[in-house]
Amino acid sequence: MECQEEKPIIYTMENKPIVTCAGDQGLFTSLYTSLAQQLPREPMEWRRTYGRAPKMIHLEANFVQFKEELLPKEGNKALLTFPFLHIYWTDCCDTEVYKSTVKEDMMRWQNSLRTHGSADWVIIVVETNDTKKKNKTNILPRSSIVDKIRSDFCNKQNDRCVVLSDPLKDSSRSQESWNSLLLKLRTLLLMSFTKNLGRFEDDMRTLREKRTQPGWSFCEYFMVQEELAFVFEMLQQFEDALVQYDELDALFTQYVLNFGAGDTANWLGSFCAPVRNWSGLLLRRPIDMEKRDGIQRGEASLLDLRSYLFSRQCTLLIFLLRPWEVTQRALELLHNCVQELRLLEVSVLDGALDCWVFLSCLEVLHRIEGCCDQAQLAANCSHTVGLWAYATDKLKSLGELCGLVSEKGPTSEDLNRTVDLLAGLGDERPETVNSLQSPYKKLKEALSSVEAFERHYLELSHAAMEMYRAIGRLRSARLVGKSLAEFYMRKGDPERAETFLQEALKSYVSEGWRLPVTHTRRQIAECQKLLGRTEDYLQTSALLAGDVNLTTEERKHFCQEILSFAGKSGDKSNKVCLSMSVFAQLTRLQFHPATASVHSGAILQVELTLRCLMPVSVRIQQLAASIHFDVDHGGTHGRSKGAQRQTNPGTVEFNHGSSSAGPPSSSATGPSLELDEIQDRSPSDNSLNSTGVVCKNTHLIMRRHDSNSPPDTPNCVSPPTVAMKEGAQMLKVQDVTLEPGNNSITFTAPSEQPGTYTLRQLCATVGEVQFVLPHIYPSVQYEVYSQEPQLTVEPLSEPLLAGLPQMVKFTLLTGHYAVKKGDALQLSNTDTMPILPSSSCTARISSPTAELVDESTLSIQSSEKVTSITLPPTPPYHTLEFQLEVLCIIPSGSERPANERLTNGEVRHRPRSYSHPDTPMTAIDQRMSIDCPWSIYSTLLALTFYIPFKTKHSLLSAGNRKYIQVCVQNVSDVNFTLAEVKLTEKQHVSLELQSLNTKTQQLLCSKHSVFCLWEVRWKDDLPSCLQCVFSANFSPLNQDISAFKPFHYQFQLERVTTLYSVRAEILPPAGEQHCRSGFLCGLEVCITRLTEPAEGEVAEDSKTDTDGLRTTKLMYEVADSSSNWAVCGKSSGMVSMPMTANATHKVQIEVMPLFAGHLPFPKIKVLKYLPHTAAVAIQPDPDSCVENDSLSLLDKTLDDQADTASIRSRGSVHSVGSGDQQQKGVAMPRLEPFSPGQVFNHTHARQVLVLPSTDDHIMEVNAT
Amino acid sequence: MAVCIAVIAKENYPLYIRSVPTQNELKFHYTVHTSLDVVEEKISAVGKSLGDQRELYLGLLYPTEDYKVYGYVTNSKVKFVIVVDSSNTSLRDNEIRSMFRKLHNSFTDVMCNPFHNPGDPIQSKAFDGIVSGMMVQTG
Repeated sequence: MECQEEKPIIYTMENKPIVTCAGDQGLFTSLYTSLAQQLPREPMEWRRTYGRAPKMIHLEANFVQFKEELLPKEGNKALLTFPFLHIYWTDCCDTEVYKSTVKEDMMRWQNSLRTHGSADWVIIVVETNDTKKKNKTNILPRSSIVDKIRSDFCNKQNDRCVVLSDPLKDSSRSQESWNSLLLKLRTLLLMSFTKNLGRFEDDMRTLREKRTQPGWSFCEYFMVQEELAFVFEMLQQFEDALVQYDELDALFTQYVLNFGAGDTANWLGSFCAPVRNWSGLLLRRPIDMEKRDGIQRGEASLLDLRSYLFSRQCTLLIFLLRPWEVTQRALELLHNCVQELRLLEVSVLDGALDCWVFLSCLEVLHRIEGCCDQAQLAANCSHTVGLWAYATDKLKSLGELCGLVSEKGPTSEDLNRTVDLLAGLGDERPETVNSLQSPYKKLKEALSSVEAFERHYLELSHAAMEMYRAIGRLRSARLVGKSLAEFYMRKGDPERAETFLQEALKSYVSEGWRLPVTHTRRQIAECQKLLGRTEDYLQTSALLAGDVNLTTEERKHFCQEILSFAGKSGDKSNKVCLSMSVFAQLTRLQFHPATASVHSGAILQVELTLRCLMPVSVRIQQLAASIHFDVDHGGTHGRSKGAQRQTNPGTVEFNHGSSSAGPPSSSATGPSLELDEIQDRSPSDNSLNSTGVVCKNTHLIMRRHDSNSPPDTPNCVSPPTVAMKEGAQMLKVQDVTLEPGNNSITFTAPSEQPGTYTLRQLCATVGEVQFVLPHIYPSVQYEVYSQEPQLTVEPLSEPLLAGLPQMVKFTLLTGHYAVKKGDALQLSNTDTMPILPSSSCTARISSPTAELVDESTLSIQSSEKVTSITLPPTPPYHTLEFQLEVLCIIPSGSERPANERLTNGEVRHRPRSYSHPDTPMTAIDQRMSIDCPWSIYSTLLALTFYIPFKTKHSLLSAGNRKYIQVCVQNVSDVNFTLAEVKLTEKQHVSLELQSLNTKTQQLLCSKHSVFCLWEVRWKDDLPSCLQCVFSANFSPLNQDISAFKPFHYQFQLERVTTLYSVRAEILPPAGEQHCRSGFLCGLEVCITRLTEPAEGEVAEDSKTDTDGLRTTKLMYEVADSSSNWAVCGKSSGMVSMPMTANATHKVQIEVMPLFAGHLPFPKIKVLKYLPHTAAVAIQPDPDSCVENDSLSLLDKTLDDQADTASIRSRGSVHSVGSGDQQQKGVAMPRLEPFSPGQVFNHTHARQVLVLPSTDDHIMEVNAT
Repeated sequence: MAVCIAVIAKENYPLYIRSVPTQNELKFHYTVHTSLDVVEEKISAVGKSLGDQRELYLGLLYPTEDYKVYGYVTNSKVKFVIVVDSSNTSLRDNEIRSMFRKLHNSFTDVMCNPFHNPGDPIQSKAFDGIVSGMMVQTG
């Protein structure tokens, strides 16, 4: 029975608030079960003081028989044993009984309560039907007992007496009374809690405020506040309970901090005692009474207090289902404790704290594992992993401390230390004695032997790493891995260590953390050295030797490692290839000459700038650059690259991502675009086909950026395997010493074969070690070209004028040909362009860079056919220049050229004159044929000369007298002097040409003309054909006589003789003095034959009449183009002229003047009329050209006639032609004009006065 | 006051890292590097819940026995890490926050310098001065 409870209270979860029961015990016992069951069924709202949030609370109670001793004595602060409510039970219904016994008992009960100051009581009166029956005799109204009790005890508080009706019956009435009772009990209980706890809290606060007073003890206060926590826990208010502990925690922490700041409290002394026990946290008991007692006695150490506090917090947190907060708090606690012990300067055995932390970590983890399932644990790794890692860390340092990590095993000193540490653990707690995997057992085992330690350590490490990986904390995992690697190194297992180190290194490199990179790499170097992986070791050493984060001594050490290996005389096959980028960086490459394009055989130098990263100067046996050779078929033309990207051609700068372990910024932004201009030129004429821009490094830019692949920087973890490809051609230099920093090395590049040379790889050989740069990027090329010798001739001044000596420049680009002594150019002479001999002709030889190399005199020998120019010896790819004076003879006129053969058998190309569109001058292409020593073919070159003059001639007649006029027009831009103008006739000696020119010298300015006139005089007969040559001397203005050059103009005049004279007379109408406009007048045309017919003329166009008289038919025609005259009647007609001198024919024609004034005579044309028979005879004439011309001319005149309406209307021509229409298609009768001079018109330009008609004039006046 | 202050680029390489005492530099590098794990965890956690309006201050990243590591991330994902000695208990959260704010302001100034190439290590003297002011002054 509950009331028989013994005094010591077991502090368990089963604690309930104590309620005492007095009065009728039998009655209570009968009702106890229902009461205990029903009390917690309904929650009650608990309103809190100090503004704390109200809470719903299920009340339970521990019903205890009332005893005087249960009431707390003055000063007793215990809350757990505090009776919160006192109940008096009675079922008395008999007034007598009440008065005699029950009242007295109640009085006693009340008194004892009052003396202890307890006001939380209630009297329950139970009424049953049985009692009613039993006490039938002296019936009083049953309420009277209750009334009596109320009046006796509850003078002001009527609610302190409750009636319970028929509690054991199952009636609604009974239920109702139960409910009201329970409600009352709960209310009263809560009131009691509020009052008593409030009082307690007030006391507690008062106590806390006294903490600055001397003699205040934290431990005492701890016990008080913990009491409150217990009560909250008892009321299942774990949150509130936790708050109590947290407050204690904070208070204590503050004291420790204050201690650190110099503010010492006396009570802290006990916590500063040296640590003797480090058995770790104990979380398996709800309350660790052992430690609690220690605290109560003031004997607890800091670790004890912390452990106890944490165990309570842990218990409450687990009640609150917040296990992950436990782990977090645990880590904080452990860190904090270590710090606090340090702060308080508590003396601790070396390693003791490690033990404590290790055990505690595992204990917390065990506790958490105990209350969570596996899935929950796995999902919450992030909360536990910190503890795992911490435990691992501590075990490692313990292992190191106890000599369990070294290769040799622990020394005796280590063993002593181990024993001391184990002693501090004490005995295993009874809770875990039976557990196989208790932290205690683990630690003991781990410290007992090297093997066990390794097993436990690896287990923990791997667990921590796994967890880190699982939650994506890869960096943390790698750090654990690194620490594991260090362990393996200590154990002498570099192979396993390297794996972890490489993994860590990869991460540091990819994220650009230089110091960790350097550190890890140094550890790797150590591993590799131990493993004997020479190549890897050397590569790592090279990286380290160039690592600026290391001290110079360390760098020198690693450099020396490489050099000493290189110095070993191993067999040749055992060469080690290392990446050059870590050894030296190619920063710049320069070509001399800068165009990076030379002719074959020329010297091309390549200057490399290498930044050596080694700390000391390194002697290199050979530095070689392999070359890829590409025969360039396109030559220098064709597809040509935009010469050089750089502003400075011939220099290529290589950009490296800053220093060796710099931030991988290049990976962030990607490589920059490298653009190049591409021009596609047609190979034939070098014209541009297409042009464009190409990106040269698309393969780098378009590359997928894989997060796993670190950028291709020199700090990659394991440099790519480099292989030196043996190229056919290499640039080599022997024995170079590379100083730290920039070094300049000059190669002489091979340039024998024409083509494109691409530098591919660079290799530095140091003894057995080769540093290879597998790709030179951006690619570097140079070009070697070969050129045919090229001879060009160009005018020294434009334009070249024909007829005057002109200087032309010969330029010989020797190309690959070396001009030897005795080599000569053979120029075929031409009549039209002789080469003028000159006394001194110097040739200039200049180098490809246009520097003058040599000057020498040329010797020129001219024979009849050939001019030979002996060239001075000239090296290849040089330029030879000399000047020659040539004269292009102006062709003198319409000579028909005869085909000639040149000395070399070629058909001589006649200089063809043509009119050039750009200049009014007539151009002559003068070709030269030159035999060159380097070729079996002749070189044909053309020069264009321009004739400065245009010459025209004309025949003028005056009756029988003849004049020849020559017009010379200067079409050039030069002013000339014209002298000795002369005209000669070649065939007829008797002929005299009398000059009518007065001046001997004449100025002929640019764009001006000079006219010259000669009268032709003859003795016997005037020949019908004259072969004339006009000649003059000319020279540019203001030059002396010797500079005069002849100019000839040849022309031919035919049918010079005047055959007919035409006279016309206008006769006024009869009886009139003058003609009048509008009146017909007569036109008398008189055609007179002047000469006897010549032989040619007879044959040509005469025919014999039937009467034996030879006649020729003429056609006359009167036409007036200016509409002055109207021809009335026949305007044209045919006359038959006898072919004798002075034969005259007169024709009368009627014309009418249309206007008044001095009117010019109408035009009278006389034409030859060729009947069709004559035409047939003429047709076979080979000189069809002339005939066609005349035909067309004939047609034209006919057309002119047709335009004249008057003539057409008369149909005179028509009538002429109509008779012959049948013969159309065979031969038409034709008209042929006479040559100028054959017909002399006396009335040419004569005028006649025409008077206006007498009729009144009509004058039109327009006024506007 | 801080024992180590680091600025880490978006791509997780250090833009600036300084620590006192210098002999422990390597250890701090490791610590800061490892702290990026937690920074990333926190950034992704924040990104999920709040979207754009987020707190730059990430709070205590993780404590170790000797140091406390605090984190801060700018909107451009540049991370600031401040390592404080665990024994330095006088430092409150607010002070750490203000240190970060100061650091961020100075960092912004550095970024505003037209001659500074974003992504390059910070070499600004002004920034160095601000950092020095926040570091533990040791002889």
